[in-house]
Amino acid sequence: MQQIIQDIESRFTITDKETRRNDLCFLTVDKLQAISLVTYLRDYQGYASLTLLTAVDWIEEGNFQLTYLLNNPSTRTEIGVRTMIDRENATMESTHHLWENIQTYQRELKEMFGIDFPGSPRIDEDFILEGWDNIPPYRRDFDTKKYSEETYFPRPGRETNDPSTYMKSKLYPND
Amino acid sequence: MEKENKPQDIPVVKTKNFIAPENEKRTVTAPDGSLIEVDPINDYFCQERPEEYKVKSGAVEKFLNWARAESLWVLGFGTGCGSIEIPPLVTPRFDMYRYGVQMRPTPRQSNVFIISGYLSVKTLKRAIRSYEQMPSPKYVIGLGSCTINGGMYWDSYNTINRLDHYLPVDVYIAGCMPRPEALLAGFAKLKELIKAGKAEKANEYIRNLDWYKANQKKIIKDWNMPDYNW
Repeated sequence: MQQIIQDIESRFTITDKETRRNDLCFLTVDKLQAISLVTYLRDYQGYASLTLLTAVDWIEEGNFQLTYLLNNPSTRTEIGVRTMIDRENATMESTHHLWENIQTYQRELKEMFGIDFPGSPRIDEDFILEGWDNIPPYRRDFDTKKYSEETYFPRPGRETNDPSTYMKSKLYPND
Repeated sequence: MEKENKPQDIPVVKTKNFIAPENEKRTVTAPDGSLIEVDPINDYFCQERPEEYKVKSGAVEKFLNWARAESLWVLGFGTGCGSIEIPPLVTPRFDMYRYGVQMRPTPRQSNVFIISGYLSVKTLKRAIRSYEQMPSPKYVIGLGSCTINGGMYWDSYNTINRLDHYLPVDVYIAGCMPRPEALLAGFAKLKELIKAGKAEKANEYIRNLDWYKANQKKIIKDWNMPDYNW
């Protein structure tokens, strides 16, 4: 694993490196190098299996973080390739030529985060939300509670207790 | 079950006039070579409004209600986590057949619809279609707290909170999730209601069809089917 990382560091500009376990490591590269890094890992280092592609919304920094999690079945190790893309006009190159199953992840990210992957098959079709006309719901500026209250006729009478204060008042009423 | 007044003045929401690709007008070639115009929305679907069921006179209706109550055929449509509570009912341990309850594979053969858990908007569309295709008399059982007030998905962007705003519910079974015994108790309650002639929610659906349709169209934004799916 360390050898592979050293090998990668000699070829790519790794801005951040995080080793979680002996068999799991996350590498951060910039957007332009991400596709060539996953291609390199797939074709030369045996990380041929895509575990998942996911996104995190870093709204304070104005970024989306994409993670390509790749698995090497023969050495049973995983490498996650992270890259930051701009939150405004979020686009990323599609990698459906490397893994066919990434189309589904890309469709999901398009719908849930609004990240576009031009050229990916069926990217503009509805995935789960049919006829959604609001901002993508996994973006952190989307207020899901407010949307639900406005849309889905909440039944009155629901009480919510903060668990810690509620249990404190139940267990130690005199404190 | 909670009794409440249904507001009748909700404006009808206008949706995009969008027709599913398989329902668009088209010309097809018959085996003998002639061209036939097909308009699926008018040819395959009935556009008429449904009519209310008229109650027959005393003893006849009582007999019919007894017969209906003793033969509940359930549509095999599981939504959400509750669908895992239904299969045990067929096993010897719970054995719903002894109560005259059995599963059917198609809405055309069933008259009980169990909404078994949360409904996402996408599933709700299919649930409405299935419900409207069921022949009368038909009953809806809301299983689990998700159908009552949204349950743990109460603040989700994609699951409905109250089922009775979209489909008429005869019996609610509370719990998260209710055990199969609770479902059997629900069937017993439904039988009781049918025998007493009180399970008339399907008629209420037809009476308040505009209100229900306005609610449904408010959240199903790509409404691409007939207003009432016969």
